[in-house]
Amino acid sequence: MSSLTSSRALAPIGTAGKLFAFGLDVGRGLFRRPFQTREFLQQAWFIASVTIIPTALVAIPFGAVIALQVGGLIKQFGAQSFVGSASVLAVVREAGPIATSLLIAGAGGSAIAADLGARKIREELDAMMVLGIDPIQRLVVPRVLACMLVAVFLNGLVSVVGVTGGYIFNVVLQDGTPGAYLASFTALAQLPDLWQGMAKALVFGLVAAIVASYKGMNAAGGPKGVGDAVNESVVVSFMLLFVINFVMSAIYFQLVPPKTG
Amino acid sequence: MGVEIQIEGLTKSFGKQLIWGDVTLTVPAGEICVMLGPSGTGKSVLLKTLIGLLKPDRGSVVIEGTDIATCSERELYEIRKLFGVLFQDGAMFGSMNLYDNVAFPLREHTKKSESEVRDIVMEKMELVGLVGAEDKLPGEISGGMRKRAGLARALVLDPEIVLFDEPDSGLDPVRTAFLNQLIVDLNAQIDATFLIVTHDINTARTVPDNIGLLYHRHLAMFGPREMLLSSEEPVVRQFLNAQRVGPIGMSEEKDADELAAEKDQELPPLPPIPLQLEPTNGQPRRSQRPPGDWCRANGVTPPPGSFEPAMSMTPGA
Repeated sequence: MSSLTSSRALAPIGTAGKLFAFGLDVGRGLFRRPFQTREFLQQAWFIASVTIIPTALVAIPFGAVIALQVGGLIKQFGAQSFVGSASVLAVVREAGPIATSLLIAGAGGSAIAADLGARKIREELDAMMVLGIDPIQRLVVPRVLACMLVAVFLNGLVSVVGVTGGYIFNVVLQDGTPGAYLASFTALAQLPDLWQGMAKALVFGLVAAIVASYKGMNAAGGPKGVGDAVNESVVVSFMLLFVINFVMSAIYFQLVPPKTG
Repeated sequence: MGVEIQIEGLTKSFGKQLIWGDVTLTVPAGEICVMLGPSGTGKSVLLKTLIGLLKPDRGSVVIEGTDIATCSERELYEIRKLFGVLFQDGAMFGSMNLYDNVAFPLREHTKKSESEVRDIVMEKMELVGLVGAEDKLPGEISGGMRKRAGLARALVLDPEIVLFDEPDSGLDPVRTAFLNQLIVDLNAQIDATFLIVTHDINTARTVPDNIGLLYHRHLAMFGPREMLLSSEEPVVRQFLNAQRVGPIGMSEEKDADELAAEKDQELPPLPPIPLQLEPTNGQPRRSQRPPGDWCRANGVTPPPGSFEPAMSMTPGA
């Protein structure tokens, strides 16, 4: 009985270990030739096509709500001239990567998990292994790389659309002055903010794709298993991405001192 | 020429549930073997263990000196190139049409030009009677066609060992008969080792050189076709003749009461042993033995009416 409870208590650690081992397998598969260029391009195109429009649509209200919050707050402080700077900072540092993570895990990751899960259930993955082809190298590696690439681009898209949305919101609805908004851009924000946003997006793409692939390739129990795998992959990658976002932000603040205006 | 598979002391369990234990047999090179067993006795698990998709708890599977159970992943992928496997549902890649599916192993593993690939693919498609369906997606065709396409893909690399996971499930009797004839013809043509997992007794009685029976978590018997078909062993006898009287019950095993109740029942006589299917070109296969050979060599009298041409194929009738 005690062994039963202990094995149950330890099960999550085992799962985490297997996920990590899967990640290492993917890492090894990265360097194995031949590289699947065709699959990579197809997947990048596919992931981009399922994420671009939702991302743009999410980024507009995201930028607006930040402009609304920050604009109100800054007015109370009496520092209207910094409105532009504050909202750029918020969008580029946090909102961009967060919106990217939501979309890359929610739209891209779920599509990957569903695709691989369906292949697993139909024994396609078994058939592939029997034909002497490693599905990790053939299917997972191109998806992981495609997801990372698209995540970086999405992050850029969110930043641009978010900042534009914030600008329009501030100038048109909050009667801000365009010149002051633009002029204050560089007052607080600095170049490393952009780099860290991209680095975050890259890691998010990596983690979301690995979790989705792992869950998809381990789907079991018929069509219901595929649904479960998709659901779990979205939940698990959301949790992981938010933790990683926090950790990377904390590290960033240690490494790069904030600009003193 | 086919390759021998030596299985020794193979044991597999999922969690605490033992699937089968201590399975020991040698699948002879170039011969056709059928593995039988009631539903849920782990026939498919055995097949998946043979190709290294599942790791056994104990025991070894040796093919050309490599132990599948313990070898490295790299060796495993190398040895798998010897195999052609037909999965239950064909396991076609859903995103590719039939032509690309069959061409897939060639494009991945060989440096053949597209026109060479085309020749080989069309040859295999013709073999399984799928010419004209190359552009169809697996979702658009019937289960039987998927199965035949799966067979074409399994054969495209000229395998030394061909494994069939229930080739006859979901096929109508005519297609099953054609498929069985195809299996025999293929064996005559490419001399590969064939292992068929099924519970269709008609297939088991007429196609193979050897029969194995998995029952109650172990290998009940493995040997030449005539040995099992003339066997008086209760399990073998019951299964190969599709009878209700015997140790196999609706749910795995019968309990003591049920067995006691049928103790006095007269067992129906063994039906005659049918002739083995022969290749269509009339040339005997390399591993084929003359009918009644085993029975004569071992002093067993086959049931009356055995080895007569034009005999009823219905078992247990």
